[in-house]
Amino acid sequence: MNEQSKSLLLKNGRIIDPLNKMDEQADVLIADGKIERIIPAGTGNDLSGQNLPSFDLAGKWVLPGLIDMHVHLREPGEEYKETVVSGTRAAAAGGFTAVACMPNTQPVNDCQSVTQLILAKAGQGFARVYPVGAISKNSEGTELAEFGEMKEAGVVALSDDGRPVANSQLLRRALEYSANHNLLLISHSEEMSLSENGAMNEGVLSTRLGLNGIPHPAEEIMIYRDMALANYVKRPIHIAHISTRESVSLIRRAKAKGWPVTAETTPHYFTLTEEAVGQYNTRAKMNPPLRTDDDVKAIKEGLRDGTIDAIATDHAPHSTLEKDVEFDQAANGIIGLETAVSLTLALVRKGVLTPEKMIELLSIHPARILDVTGGSLTIGATADVTVIDPEMEFIYSTDKIVSKSKNSPFIDWQLKGKAVMTIVGGRVMFQEG
Amino acid sequence: MENEYRFNHKHILGLEDLSRTDIEFILNTADSFKEISTRPIKKVPTLRGKTVIHLFFEPSTRTRLSFEIAAKRMSADTFNISASTSSAQKGETLVDTAMNLAAMNPDIIVIRHSSSGSPRLLANHIGASVINAGDGTHEHPSQGLLDLMTVKENKGRIDGLKIAIIGDISHSRVAHSDIIGFSKMGAEVCVCGPSTMLPVGIEELGAKVCGSREEVVEGADVVMALRIQKERQTDPLIPSLREYATFFGVSKKVVQLARPDALIMHPGPINRGVEMDPDIADGSRSVILDQVTNGVAVRMALLYLIMGREGNE
Repeated sequence: MNEQSKSLLLKNGRIIDPLNKMDEQADVLIADGKIERIIPAGTGNDLSGQNLPSFDLAGKWVLPGLIDMHVHLREPGEEYKETVVSGTRAAAAGGFTAVACMPNTQPVNDCQSVTQLILAKAGQGFARVYPVGAISKNSEGTELAEFGEMKEAGVVALSDDGRPVANSQLLRRALEYSANHNLLLISHSEEMSLSENGAMNEGVLSTRLGLNGIPHPAEEIMIYRDMALANYVKRPIHIAHISTRESVSLIRRAKAKGWPVTAETTPHYFTLTEEAVGQYNTRAKMNPPLRTDDDVKAIKEGLRDGTIDAIATDHAPHSTLEKDVEFDQAANGIIGLETAVSLTLALVRKGVLTPEKMIELLSIHPARILDVTGGSLTIGATADVTVIDPEMEFIYSTDKIVSKSKNSPFIDWQLKGKAVMTIVGGRVMFQEG
Repeated sequence: MENEYRFNHKHILGLEDLSRTDIEFILNTADSFKEISTRPIKKVPTLRGKTVIHLFFEPSTRTRLSFEIAAKRMSADTFNISASTSSAQKGETLVDTAMNLAAMNPDIIVIRHSSSGSPRLLANHIGASVINAGDGTHEHPSQGLLDLMTVKENKGRIDGLKIAIIGDISHSRVAHSDIIGFSKMGAEVCVCGPSTMLPVGIEELGAKVCGSREEVVEGADVVMALRIQKERQTDPLIPSLREYATFFGVSKKVVQLARPDALIMHPGPINRGVEMDPDIADGSRSVILDQVTNGVAVRMALLYLIMGREGNE
């Protein structure tokens, strides 16, 4: 990360720090990359002898740094879509101080050397990078990858994201063996024999468009299997990108029984329905696919009642090479780092979430689930801080996108609420304007 | 009659985009063109100097020939590109192919492609008109129109008729266009097939789902069987062709349940003895060859109307 001051003063912002039960206007003094002091608003200037860069954040929210626990940075192998540097620049622009990057690169991050390469690149990046290693070698679903070696190199969790672990015995063994290295498994839950060749959610719209459908049980069947196995071997499992009503319901019931499960969803699953596919819009193609209004309602309820622990973006950059093609040939995935805060704030304005709940979903829980730093502005803690202007309105136009790729269904949307400053370890990595 | 009406579609991508009035106008136009194909000199100068490219990414004999004959009888210059000879094999994208073709200034591109929605992708990228000659399992509008024309010609009307469609509705773009077209024109469309071959939400397209072959054919004015695609092996849709023929084949006995003057139709090519008994396909009520004849007239009408629309020269 670039060399600059690791000390600064944030004045007059609304500090929202649920873990410390704080929600008030105050000044935050950051010194040497740590939260030094939080003092009554306006008193920061009196700090004797300090000649610090200071920022007046009246009207802004000052939050524990946001953590996106599910992104694709595409490096190594597909640097034309995104790199560790460009992806973390987009993360910082979206208010994220850290991202966990999935292993489906080329080559797959299934060994020390790939993990090391990603972390070396992250040294030039704009946000913390937590590599997720593969569960199976080359994510092929046949042999376990070297969990221990990857852990030593720096992975924080394991996943074959992008494809499911189809073989239940392999998943069982992975869950068991993950205990030896204290690594969390993140599951991309999909029953491929049902979803293979599918291009969108199965329903009237897929029939109308003549596209092969992906029935929602393809997701739910595997979520149940994954949770049942995790509970059986008493190891935690985290379910990635849930999109359906029944998925929420299954996880709610599992949690009620005390099963060791956590789950995430993405902003697109609580914002869009399959209607966004419109006339074969490949920017609305992802896996799992956009679902129905009923599913969107259930996802929101799951966020509200705590069934869903985290909001992650599943930031999946693709170039026009993958997207400007026939719908059934187009790659799955959309970018999301720069729209997540705005789309989540929309839920806050609608009363679905409180600001505290939003911070739990975007910071506290991801930090806890991945067992990484962050989630609070506790004195002495590393100064990862996100500043949001909840009132700022902007049009998310292509020319403003920081990510290398532009595959978003939200292009030209009028959005409200935006990250205006992102501080990582006391360094300002992004500032609006 | 058409004092106020102007046909104003640049592309023909699906019957979903056409109104009832549009469809009636196309059918009337096609009817007036039918005579041209019976003349000793089967050619009119209407589209002289116009360029039509037939871009076929899937094998086709009848549809492609029908389009080509239609264009040639209108004096257009026609060119054929088929998948085996196209750049698709070399990795060129559909958009690249389209841009390259567009650079040669064609007036109309007729496309067949295995991906649903590809005609729209083409239309989004080029200035020429696009006619969908079948895209994936989405639509086959010219086939739908020729089916409508054939029924109207033989029955004098479409409104109020019962149309029975039997077979693989899921994978049939013809069925999709027929369901949309016939229901738009006021017919009652009833479908039947193995449940594995009925797509989710087909009712929303305007079809009533019947539980048996007998129920769907009962009192029908039109009985249409769809081709069972033998090549669809990976998805276990039916136990065997023999069982399919036993329970869903259009046999003489089944046809007796329909109205005495019911028409027998099939979009072809027929698997004789599977979805339809040979006797029925070749019987007196069969209008399968009328369908083929009308295909040329409908396609002539589409070419003519697209080129003659308001704002085009």
